[in-house]
Amino acid sequence: MDDLPESPARLDVENISVAYDGTPVLREVTFQIPHGARVAVVGPNGAGKSTLFKALVGLLPLRSGKIFIHNLPLGHHLDCVAYVPQREEVDWHFPVTVQDVVLMGRFGHQKWLQRSGQVDREIAANSLRQMGIAGMADHTISELSGGQQQRVFLARALAQEPHIFLMDEPFTGVDATTQEATLALLDHLRQKKVTVLISTHDLNLASSRFDIILLLNHHLIAIGDPKSVFTPENLSRAFGPQMLKLQDGTILVDECCPPEDGFAQKGKVN
Amino acid sequence: MMVGILCAVMGTYVVLRGMAFLGDAMAHAILPGVAIAFLLHGNLLVGAVIAAVIIALSIGLFSKGGTVKEDTAIGILFAAALSLGVALISSIQTYAVDLSHILFGNVLGVSVSDLWLTAGLGLLVLVSVALFYKQFLVISFDPILAATLRLPAELLRNLMLVLLALTVVVSLQTVGVGLAAAMLVTPAATAYLLTRRLWPMMLVSAGIGAISSLVGLYVSYYLNIVSGSAIVLTASAIFLLVFLFQPRRGFLWKKK
Repeated sequence: MDDLPESPARLDVENISVAYDGTPVLREVTFQIPHGARVAVVGPNGAGKSTLFKALVGLLPLRSGKIFIHNLPLGHHLDCVAYVPQREEVDWHFPVTVQDVVLMGRFGHQKWLQRSGQVDREIAANSLRQMGIAGMADHTISELSGGQQQRVFLARALAQEPHIFLMDEPFTGVDATTQEATLALLDHLRQKKVTVLISTHDLNLASSRFDIILLLNHHLIAIGDPKSVFTPENLSRAFGPQMLKLQDGTILVDECCPPEDGFAQKGKVN
Repeated sequence: MMVGILCAVMGTYVVLRGMAFLGDAMAHAILPGVAIAFLLHGNLLVGAVIAAVIIALSIGLFSKGGTVKEDTAIGILFAAALSLGVALISSIQTYAVDLSHILFGNVLGVSVSDLWLTAGLGLLVLVSVALFYKQFLVISFDPILAATLRLPAELLRNLMLVLLALTVVVSLQTVGVGLAAAMLVTPAATAYLLTRRLWPMMLVSAGIGAISSLVGLYVSYYLNIVSGSAIVLTASAIFLLVFLFQPRRGFLWKKK
């Protein structure tokens, strides 16, 4: 990974459309993200946040448009994007230990038939320590709490030593310890100048902790610093009827309900 | 015993990826291959291998990209191949003993050349499983990571199907079409109850497969019953024992 050019080190998304079967979930999305930026992807349920991430790691084919990382098309760098999926997408009964999972993050750095070596094990151990679960390396993943499971996958993504770190809803339904560990991880990644993209429902967190907000509802609605993005017009374009405007100018966005239109279900890939 | 080990190792993937139905279907789908080989006076085992690989790859093809769900694809192919096999067999005037061996298995009726072929195929499968342990682990546990690592998931998936097909073919001679799926699933499921990681699960599964084969053979000899049934019944008995008395998670412990 060291031979990758540091500049122009950024993520370019050019006019991409992504669809599962029929209608595209993402339509004509274009944006650029500078190297090392911290981005919160915000939008209503089914807006295409997970879809965007899956397109970025090459999990979903693009119907049109292009994605460039370090100015090269997607697929040229095997291992510089790490993706932490939502917890429901993992088979937690699979017989693997925490260490096994984290070591998987090293596979991208190894040759096809190579086994994990001392270096890989050290990196894995460091990642586990960073996420505060070093003592659980030999537990199976089914024995962990939800928050710990989340941290295992964050540790694995960290062990991948990525340039771009994607986290899908890392703050949804986790305990306070995990939330803090995740925020600490964000600071750690900033020091290492890793670009971070997080999808979240927590608009407060998004505006207090992130440099760039990417507001999404099938189309790109706005991108920029929190102040310029979180305007009443933008929010009502993104959330529409889910939004409640109070008299003093406060805006409430109702996002606690599970999606009922089946859109989020469609948004899953197995 | 070779078969016991082989089935048991591949079986871990079958159990973990929820492919039990596939193993069963595969075993039945081999029938037309065997029948055609019999009609052409070719080697039955070779016919079975060819049929199995074709079936494995076409299941991969049909279910690719989610056009048809995998279990639906299996269901269609399985029924079609089985019907073809039965049709071909019913057209054979002299219903030979050989054919019934393929259907129900008979270890003692295996010829020496078949034995070598079986051993060769078995070794091939085991070596592949060992070499691609890492890749198979990732595509089984986390297809999303496999995609981000740019693993050729499609290729690996088809390779796994082909390995499974070969395993089924090899096991046919011992336990027959009807019971091959049991030898894939039962030892692996037992091992799943006992272990916490993938490779110990494979080893334990292999051990159970081997023991079942040996014990089953003795039982079949002394009680004079069909060897395939005896082997599968032994494996099932072990599963039942483990399920009931297994430490920590066992059925009996939970009741307390």
